[in-house]
Amino acid sequence: MSTTVEEKDRPRQSGATPSGGGPAGPAEAAGPAPGTGGGTAAGESDGFDQDLLPAPRNAPRRLLLSLVRPHRATVALAAVLLLLQQAAVQAGPLLVAIAIDRAVPAAAGGDYGPVTAVALVYLACAAGSGVLLYGFITVSARACQGLLLDLRGRIYRQAQALSLDFHDRYTSGRLISRSTSDVQSLRDLMDEGLQELVIVTVSVVYIVALLCYLDIGLGGAALFSFVPLALLVRGFRRRSGVLFSRRSSAIATVIVKFNETLNGIRPVQAFRRERRNDEEFRTLNKHHERVNGGTILELARFVVTSRLIANTVTAGVVLWGAYRVAEGELALGVLAAGALYLRRLYDPLDRFAMILNYYESATASLHKIAGLLAQRPDVPEPERPVTLPGRPADRPGREVVFEDVSFSYRTGGEVLPRFSLTLRAGETTAVVGATGAGKSTLAKLLARFYDPTGGRVLMDGTDLRELTTPELRRGVVMVTQEAFLFSGTVAENIALGKPDATREEIEAAARAIGAHEFITALPEGYDTDVRKRGGRISAGQRQLVAFARVLLADPSVVILDEATSSLDIPGEKAVQRAMATALRGRTALVIAHRLSTVVTAHRVLVMSAGRIIEDGSPAGLIADGDGQFSDLHRAWRDSLV
Amino acid sequence: MSASAHAPEDAPARKRSVVRSLLRLWPYVRPVRVRLFTAAGVAIVAAGMSLVFPLVLGWIVDGPIADGDTGGVLAGGLLLLVVGLAEALLFGFRRWLVARPLAGVEAAMRADIYRHVQRLPVAFHDRWPSGQLLSRATGDLTQLRMFLAFPLTFLVVNATMIVVGCGLLLHQDRVLGLVVIAPVIPLIVVCLVFERHYSVASRRSQDQIGDLTTVVEESVLGIRIIKGFGRHRSQARAFRELSQRLRSTELRKSRLLGAIMAVIYGLPEFFLGGALVLGVLRVADGSITAGTLVAFMAVALALRWPVESMGFLLALCNEAATATDRYFEVMDEPLPADDPPSPAAGAAARAAAASPGPGAAGGMRFENVTFRFPDAPPGTPPVLDGIDLHIRPGETMALVGGTGSGKTTLINLVPRLHEVTSGRITLDGEDIAALSRAQVRQRVAVAFEEPTLFSATVRENVLMGAEEAGSREFARALRVSQADDFVAALPAGPETQVGEQGMSLSGGQRQRLALARAVVGRPPFLVLDDPLSALDVHTEARVEAALREVLADTTALVVAHRPSTVLLADRVALLSGGRIAAVGTHNELLNSSDEYRYLLTGETRGALVR
Repeated sequence: MSTTVEEKDRPRQSGATPSGGGPAGPAEAAGPAPGTGGGTAAGESDGFDQDLLPAPRNAPRRLLLSLVRPHRATVALAAVLLLLQQAAVQAGPLLVAIAIDRAVPAAAGGDYGPVTAVALVYLACAAGSGVLLYGFITVSARACQGLLLDLRGRIYRQAQALSLDFHDRYTSGRLISRSTSDVQSLRDLMDEGLQELVIVTVSVVYIVALLCYLDIGLGGAALFSFVPLALLVRGFRRRSGVLFSRRSSAIATVIVKFNETLNGIRPVQAFRRERRNDEEFRTLNKHHERVNGGTILELARFVVTSRLIANTVTAGVVLWGAYRVAEGELALGVLAAGALYLRRLYDPLDRFAMILNYYESATASLHKIAGLLAQRPDVPEPERPVTLPGRPADRPGREVVFEDVSFSYRTGGEVLPRFSLTLRAGETTAVVGATGAGKSTLAKLLARFYDPTGGRVLMDGTDLRELTTPELRRGVVMVTQEAFLFSGTVAENIALGKPDATREEIEAAARAIGAHEFITALPEGYDTDVRKRGGRISAGQRQLVAFARVLLADPSVVILDEATSSLDIPGEKAVQRAMATALRGRTALVIAHRLSTVVTAHRVLVMSAGRIIEDGSPAGLIADGDGQFSDLHRAWRDSLV
Repeated sequence: MSASAHAPEDAPARKRSVVRSLLRLWPYVRPVRVRLFTAAGVAIVAAGMSLVFPLVLGWIVDGPIADGDTGGVLAGGLLLLVVGLAEALLFGFRRWLVARPLAGVEAAMRADIYRHVQRLPVAFHDRWPSGQLLSRATGDLTQLRMFLAFPLTFLVVNATMIVVGCGLLLHQDRVLGLVVIAPVIPLIVVCLVFERHYSVASRRSQDQIGDLTTVVEESVLGIRIIKGFGRHRSQARAFRELSQRLRSTELRKSRLLGAIMAVIYGLPEFFLGGALVLGVLRVADGSITAGTLVAFMAVALALRWPVESMGFLLALCNEAATATDRYFEVMDEPLPADDPPSPAAGAAARAAAASPGPGAAGGMRFENVTFRFPDAPPGTPPVLDGIDLHIRPGETMALVGGTGSGKTTLINLVPRLHEVTSGRITLDGEDIAALSRAQVRQRVAVAFEEPTLFSATVRENVLMGAEEAGSREFARALRVSQADDFVAALPAGPETQVGEQGMSLSGGQRQRLALARAVVGRPPFLVLDDPLSALDVHTEARVEAALREVLADTTALVVAHRPSTVLLADRVALLSGGRIAAVGTHNELLNSSDEYRYLLTGETRGALVR
């Protein structure tokens, strides 16, 4: 048993293969500790530049307890099964002792009773240990899988509930690695580590107890041997913690370099970076090789030292026991059983290294998960939801009122000072201004991706905060620059706007936005899987699909946040046409830096540093002559020649 | 993107030989072969020690103890100590022998695959998700190192142990020996069969984890859309279904595992119990000694692990063979032949290309260029079909075309990121196919539509375009792309770390740095893919003005979507359905081409240009 450590010392293959590929923060997927800083951050950080979010000190433990609680009956059953199983397993050498000391003399005397008894008990133990082991493994798997199911669900729901502000700062890579590699490391601990640990602990207790029962001297010696072993484990734990985290940050740098090269393969090749990259990679790779070798050697040192102690103790105890047998103080069978038990006692020692490894990485992961789960969603669901008043057929748009609204980030830093603004029902309002002027924040307040710090946002007189999510989304839809397609067919992606839409409705929406042509040109038309090869869909085409979704969703308020910037001019015109026809009469808020979109609006707001500095019809503002909008418009006209 | 959908790896499971796969590792193992073989030898000796241990124990019981020989007991105890220490030290020695060399093997294989993928054509990267390549360079290689360090050695060691141990048992007592050995072969077979079933279940759970990861990824990456349309429920339902399916697979896995463990631990116990009873009877009738029985039981117990492990050692060999296959699947992708076939042929091609006279063939010229993706199914029309285009020295040509007309593909041909299927492209009269890729790329600088920054400082990112360029050139490049202001405002100016590991910049800022990277080396040929798309109106105007100076004496091809970008160019080429439909100035094409006018103004004929 003395050589299992190396093999077990890695996360199992299932964890080591990033099965989903993609941007799953592979740097973090690589190993337990993030390596970057350990502990809490110094200075100004609020945890977002690291993986650890603020959480109460005991949050990881509380999280673990709350996860275990629903399964406590199962866990208890598993524990009982294991106790019985170990009792059956550890009976073996005891039976050898009884056989030698009692059954042999009895059988020699013609009494076969003890032999029969030993045979029956041995048989029962063999069968019992097998059946009980099966029971323990399946029952504990049930508890463990239930717990993981629960944990995955909690992380998922939390990620969905948290605001976009949070998502922007926490980044998708981290969220994904929370729910994949961190859950995996907890699972590894339970599958490999915890199970082992429990078995090891139970068997050690049993063995020591049996040794004491056989002979108090043997038991005492075995107990005494734990002193140097405990010291050894402690020293190893300290050193290995440092080494493991150093190794995981070493592999993380290798992975980042690898990934970055692959994702930027075009510039890498076009700018002939291959050789330079080889060299940089060699440095990182060599570093990892050194650290990796050092870690393996440290592990070897631990295993060898513990083995040395164990074998010395065994030899010493056997020697001492042999003297006592020779003196007649100890039965021969007891010595034989004692020797067998001692070998077993020290067998699991080397597995300690592995268990510690799993334990360290799971604690780190649990800590990160607890931090994530401790975040309060800052856009909560209403306690007493209300519904919007029905909209009359002739007036599909709704009126939007920003009433004394102001907005600042939680970290401080005012984005929008207090203002009031009314968007009349059915009107298209364009917002222009430099990057950081607060345009997107205005849009996100209206979409209720954020809640205002002060004041209210009203839709037809109802505060957005009083609407349930489905009700709100029937009212307001926002389209952003990034048009993400979910795996599935093109039709399914469009139907996201209205899940019960018929194929006719889907095609009509695509036609209205000018996407029908390119979709029908795809290998399987509307049924083309967007993630399969052949589904090469350009950024502009993805954007058109996103617009088709909006047409299908048929909201009363539409927000376009730079939504047309990746479209070419015909695409942009198609969107404008659709706004003018299919979405006619809706209230619209349009953020764009293309003036071609802006000049068709009913009203233009110019924003600067969070304030609305110009407000009027496009024609009026242009006529004004010395306003910002009029400057912009002039520059744009010149560019058209 | 479920694991099963990873196209490259799921080629029909071809018949493969585990041994043949593993033999491919030899070139990497060769440099460390002495240590590896020595380590295996040491391991056999060390494992032998654990068999000697019970023998010594038996000898003590029968000899000194039975005789009451104190000196003999002491000698026996010392022998036991020596054996124990030797076992521990030898195992330690084995680990020490292989630790660093095998870390070296892993690193060497990783460096090789990195070097290889970096040089594989872009078409390969289009086909292979980066996650797939990454897992081959990390997880699979770690697994191979473990395999070389552990299962490979112990397959040999344990097989030896089993043979020697069985010999010992038979030698100690033939009848008892046979009873204990009886289950060995069936047990190994049972283990193998179970392992096979188990690995199928494992594979399924891995796939399901992959699917689950996809749902998680999508619901995080598409969070704006999910929130925007209030689609939490349907995503959550998909998530719940998948995670429950995963749970039931895992439970099935645990039942399999439970069954195999029950057999592995239970079955030998039956036979050991039988041997014990038999042994007791034989000790009683005096045909063996008590010491023999003790030693016998100890040897039998010591053999348990080698027997139990055979099954999963063989399974690990299988897994290692899979990992090897996955690794070499990438390494076997042929690198494009880099240099011209032979210097002579290259020179001849160059001479031939130069023959028409340098003046006529100067600049950038596409001659009857056709392109089809190498992985396109046969029968699909080519993406580019018979392109003829001449950009005169110093001229700037804009390339305009509808979505999917092949603009980006066309410009990727110039730096040979894709290779023309037929026809040729010449730079100042030289066929790019006759030049090495490095030579072509030295002459042509590109700014891509998707501006990628690497984890390095701003300065390093820009100077990537020309290592030899000095700080004057760097400052000039920043000025041209109007990036000097915002770069100066960064926390550490041009020395600020950007990219994945550094500050995140806005799309417009990244685009301007990518542009600076393209112009910094004053390349004779410049290819720009919609270089101003992410800029706001003001910045766009300033970049245009500065860029105009650069373009004045550079031969350039610029993909354009908007009139403002087109106006950077002297002439415009209209790409339509994979062919050049028209070439002329902006105004000429506005008047002569309906498609062009539609693309740049959105108006059809008859309507006024606003």
